[in-house]
Amino acid sequence: MKVGRVRDVAVLVLLAAYAGPFFWQLLTSFKPDAELLVLPPLLPSRLTLEHYRVVLEQSLIPRALVNSLGVAALTTLLALALGVLAAYALARLPVPGKGLLLLVVIAGTAFPHIATVSPLYLLMRALGLRDTWTALVLANTSFALPLIIWLLAGFIREIPEELEQAAFLDGASRLQTFRWVLLPLVAPGLASAALLTFLFSWNEFLFAYTFTATEASRTVPVALALFPGVFEVPWGDIAAASILASLPPVLIVVGLQRYLVRGLLAGALRE
Amino acid sequence: MTPRQRADRRAGLVFLAPALLTLAVLTLYPGAWVIWLSLQQRIPVFGIERFVGPSHYLFLATDPRFWNAAWVTLAFTAISVGLELVLGLALALALRGQRWGRRLALSLLLLAWALPSVVTAKLFEWLYHPGAGLVNFLLGGRPLNWLGDPALALPGLILADVWRTMPFVALLCYARLLTIPVEVYEAAQVDGAGRLASFARITLPLLRQIVLIALLFRTLDALRAFDIMFVLTGGGPAGTTETLTVYAYRSLFQTLQLGFGSAIGAAVFALVMLTAWGYLQMLRREGLAE
Repeated sequence: MKVGRVRDVAVLVLLAAYAGPFFWQLLTSFKPDAELLVLPPLLPSRLTLEHYRVVLEQSLIPRALVNSLGVAALTTLLALALGVLAAYALARLPVPGKGLLLLVVIAGTAFPHIATVSPLYLLMRALGLRDTWTALVLANTSFALPLIIWLLAGFIREIPEELEQAAFLDGASRLQTFRWVLLPLVAPGLASAALLTFLFSWNEFLFAYTFTATEASRTVPVALALFPGVFEVPWGDIAAASILASLPPVLIVVGLQRYLVRGLLAGALRE
Repeated sequence: MTPRQRADRRAGLVFLAPALLTLAVLTLYPGAWVIWLSLQQRIPVFGIERFVGPSHYLFLATDPRFWNAAWVTLAFTAISVGLELVLGLALALALRGQRWGRRLALSLLLLAWALPSVVTAKLFEWLYHPGAGLVNFLLGGRPLNWLGDPALALPGLILADVWRTMPFVALLCYARLLTIPVEVYEAAQVDGAGRLASFARITLPLLRQIVLIALLFRTLDALRAFDIMFVLTGGGPAGTTETLTVYAYRSLFQTLQLGFGSAIGAAVFALVMLTAWGYLQMLRREGLAE
């Protein structure tokens, strides 16, 4: 018994070391400027909030956080609304050409963004959507949608059909059944799909870097990649900005882990 | 057909229409358009826009920069995915016996996976700092220039990518391991199988399917990877970390050759689809895919 506990702690220590690069950045974000480029010592003599003050007051990061939050939330809403309807149809309704549709959905998850980025750029420009949230929401929805449909169709198939049939017998329409019987049952699955979509949208870089031009729509990954340094690289400020950009993913991993893991496993295991 | 079936068919089409329309406009149409673009010379700043047929592809066939990028892409993919698989599997085995602190363990594990890849690039840029980086400090204070030395940049990039993606492989393997009943091992023990024999005869064969699926996902993602190399090394030094995706991006949006860049993008497209097809054939032989 005792040996087991020691082993468990050893694995935790190992994993904490694995997450070390993140903790190192966290420590860097609190280090005074004068001590940043001196190693050893590993630990600073004092901690400072100066880097966070600079990032929050003088950089474009706060605006980028708002953009990222807005784009990720809207992407999640749109992709989920479109996805759950499509998933319901594929899982339950007699749709002609279902096999082909599923194949298109799976192929859609494999499309490399670098191949579709140039046509999408021309499309967004033609529609006058450059440097808007709309462009990012549409582009992110397009790559999140296949995954969502795939995930949710699987979750819906796991739900026994008897309840819906009972509702039909009571005279409910398809839409009513969907809304009042199925949707509440698939809610945990929706939560998983929503988390993954939010996370992918929050982390997305290529589309955001290409379709945005100013702080009107630049997301956090873009603002971080373009973080300005006047004479030398502001490592402390970059560390603080990285930590701010990591907050939602960290909250999801720590606080909503159950749904995240469920979504990840369902996506991979239902091949 | 009963009225109910007719109504269901109609409902199915109505439910599907918005998602299909979105995918058609934002994924399938660009997927076809990129091929068309790759057959044109399009340089917007000079107002050039004309059909040139397959000439971009003919150029790429003898373009040393393209073949270098293809080589870097393949090396990056093979080494990254290989390392992720071995490390992920080992970690999953270590995690299997975890009785205490499982949630914390998964939090620490998945943290690296969940971060934006731009953040990962920034973390490693700082870790690799020649004078003040933790990596050189832990190596005993050697002044290695990780991202500036052509011999070290690709290994440095691969290490950052493995850090970011190995947790996904570990999670899948771990989840599969938890579904193997203890009785199987007990029975093997009764039959006189040692630990090594149990591992080789029970654990590995049962992990085979999930490992193949993890391989599929990770290989496709590694072939398409862009963010981490673009931000961490920018393809440098001297092109030693320039993948096909970075070459495509530079051609598209830095030298603004939309047609030529699209041809490289289409090459990545073909590479990913061929790889996916190959894996699916393999999974089908295993009886895994429909």
